[in-house]
Amino acid sequence: MYTYNALTRRRFLTATGLAGAGAVFAACGGGSESPGAEPAEGGGGASGYDGPNVELAYWNGFTGGDGPVMQQLVDQFNSEHANIAVTMTVMEWADYYAKIPTAVQSGNGPDVAIMHIDSLPTNAARNVIVPLDDVAEALNLREGDFAEAVWSAGEYDGQRFGIPLDVHPLGFYYNKAVLESAGLDPESPPTDRESYEAALEQLKAAGIQGHWMSPHVFTGVLTVQALVWQFGGDLFNEDGTEVTWHEDPAVEALTWAVDLVRNGHSPTDVGQDADAIALQNGQTAFNWNGIWHINTLKEVPDLEWGVAPLPNIGGTEAAWAGSHNFVLPRQRTPDDNKQQAARVFINWVSQQSLAWAEGGQVPARNSVRESEEFQALPEQSALAQQVDYLHFPPAVPGIGDVFADFNQAVNEAVLLTKEPAAALSEAADRASKKLEENRERYGG
Amino acid sequence: MATTTPRIRRHAPWTPYAFMAPFLVIFATFVLAPALLGIWMSLHDWDFMLENRPFVGLDNYLALFDSTSAVFEMFWNGMRATAIFTVASVPFLVAIPLALAVMLNRRFPGRTVFRAIFFMPYVLGVAVVGLLFRFMLDPNIGIVNGLLGTSIPWITAQPWAWISLVAMTVWWTLGFNTIIYLAGLQDIPSELYDAAKVDGASAWQQFRHVTLPGLRTVQLFVVTITILASANMFGQALLVTNGGPGDSTRTALIVMLAEGLESFRMGSAAAMSYLLAVFLGIVSIVQVLAMRERRPRWQS
Repeated sequence: MYTYNALTRRRFLTATGLAGAGAVFAACGGGSESPGAEPAEGGGGASGYDGPNVELAYWNGFTGGDGPVMQQLVDQFNSEHANIAVTMTVMEWADYYAKIPTAVQSGNGPDVAIMHIDSLPTNAARNVIVPLDDVAEALNLREGDFAEAVWSAGEYDGQRFGIPLDVHPLGFYYNKAVLESAGLDPESPPTDRESYEAALEQLKAAGIQGHWMSPHVFTGVLTVQALVWQFGGDLFNEDGTEVTWHEDPAVEALTWAVDLVRNGHSPTDVGQDADAIALQNGQTAFNWNGIWHINTLKEVPDLEWGVAPLPNIGGTEAAWAGSHNFVLPRQRTPDDNKQQAARVFINWVSQQSLAWAEGGQVPARNSVRESEEFQALPEQSALAQQVDYLHFPPAVPGIGDVFADFNQAVNEAVLLTKEPAAALSEAADRASKKLEENRERYGG
Repeated sequence: MATTTPRIRRHAPWTPYAFMAPFLVIFATFVLAPALLGIWMSLHDWDFMLENRPFVGLDNYLALFDSTSAVFEMFWNGMRATAIFTVASVPFLVAIPLALAVMLNRRFPGRTVFRAIFFMPYVLGVAVVGLLFRFMLDPNIGIVNGLLGTSIPWITAQPWAWISLVAMTVWWTLGFNTIIYLAGLQDIPSELYDAAKVDGASAWQQFRHVTLPGLRTVQLFVVTITILASANMFGQALLVTNGGPGDSTRTALIVMLAEGLESFRMGSAAAMSYLLAVFLGIVSIVQVLAMRERRPRWQS
């Protein structure tokens, strides 16, 4: 785009103002293709790949303990497939979702990528990713192979956009040494509201603030989301067109969380990650955290800890979860060989999901989840018990936009600057307007 | 003097432009063209991934003034946060570097070392500084509360969050303004100080009547650049407080980032940034008018 050398000095005079600007306009303007312009399919990757050597760019956001595990899978794949070389690039999820559309638009997008389940509809609607029904077919994937919620959330507009790799639910972590020091049984952590509150009281009597309630997304907002479902509420109505987090069950749920602070079971103003670190340091007993936290805690020497399904505080069993999915980013100039090789890669990794489980995730496939090998991973399989009552955000494009409002409401309430009901209903007002705009925008 | 003699031309008419060309090309490509494109975008419902980018006229701008729109509260809360930060940080960023520069301009052993030390934080990236302070200021496990033996919510409650952000920004960037002031101080002729001393001026009077007037143009530059830098505060709040508590430190730039690159409403984000640019333009003009060099009375 920037053709400094090609210009003579004389041409600069005219080129600067006109051509320079024109080049930028042209570069930014072109290239949006109509939806449904599908790439070659080629058997969805089941028939293998025997074409010339290709290199595949594979992007994801596995910056934590899951990164090395994925890299091992990629290395293994590369050694088993002489004519396909996959190069993995890892970046922060937050940057990743801003970067991928730009890269795809400029023709520099990856050949295969990972996205969270709640990002699929937005990226499908925005033409960032292409349907891969053929891969699902070739893998012989059926709805029955997966937890229902995971499977259905990968569809948008009647087409499949994601091949589920894993499910990552929220779990209930506890520090056994702390429980013991307060006279509680470290082997039978609380499972319901009564026993949870009783345990908190006993911890308080021993001078321990039992559940540090974070005002941040990790882990406070995830905790509150799980509570909302437990109390019988939901964040949105069924088709994701209206906000329902200002209704009674959600207010009850947030109030319970805020009362942890008010009743002295949590310090005020908990910092980012401080809740998780407090558990490691033996300053608190309980922490509701993601399954990815398993590997972090395993690395802490001499820490006696356990993990269990979330206690049922609200009366209905429920837990927050996310899911990583394979996607195929749109290519400006599709290369049939690469398209085919990318499908072979997805197909192959999808069948290795047990290896991925060791990275601290629950496999999305029922068969792997029920296998003996997976059951032998004590922490992961404990959290997998929740699989039938996991909740995911609705498959609506742009749904991510309104979470900022929910996050803010939780933040304000847990920091005690607003009453839970007021914080939630103010956030709901803002979010409703955004949902309405999104409906117009994505023609939903 | 006669000026009718035709000047001897020593260079082609386009020579000066050729010298400016490398700058102009880069300026046009990375500043002018995007700026023009931004105006165009702000008049559309613009998503670079969607083919349909309907022309909406001034709707994106009008929404910013319509209290029932989805962006109104978000945008003005962001502008308020930016204004608070600017008003709170600029006086420190102007005064402390000036004092430092005056001190570092004196001759004493280790002067160069101290100059380097005060400038050092400025070379760090915002990511480094942001992470550093986020850990140090953590209310529960941070070293600051640990050393002080307090439990001050440095980043989770107001006004502490603003105090933290202003303090870390001052620590981080004061080196830049200090260097500018130092350069300015070295431009003030020492004869003026000698003359002042002969007239019996005290140190304060020398500062007041020689140093400050001598720094007037430098001062104008420093204040302008500092206001603009503070109004563009972004990384510190994103990394240390993530806009919190609530949305109280969510500055205008964070709002624009969310609107343009997370919600992909680029037209609306472009309109916001133009409105901010207009505000900053007005502030800069007012400030230049207020601080410009006045002609000495005997000349007027």
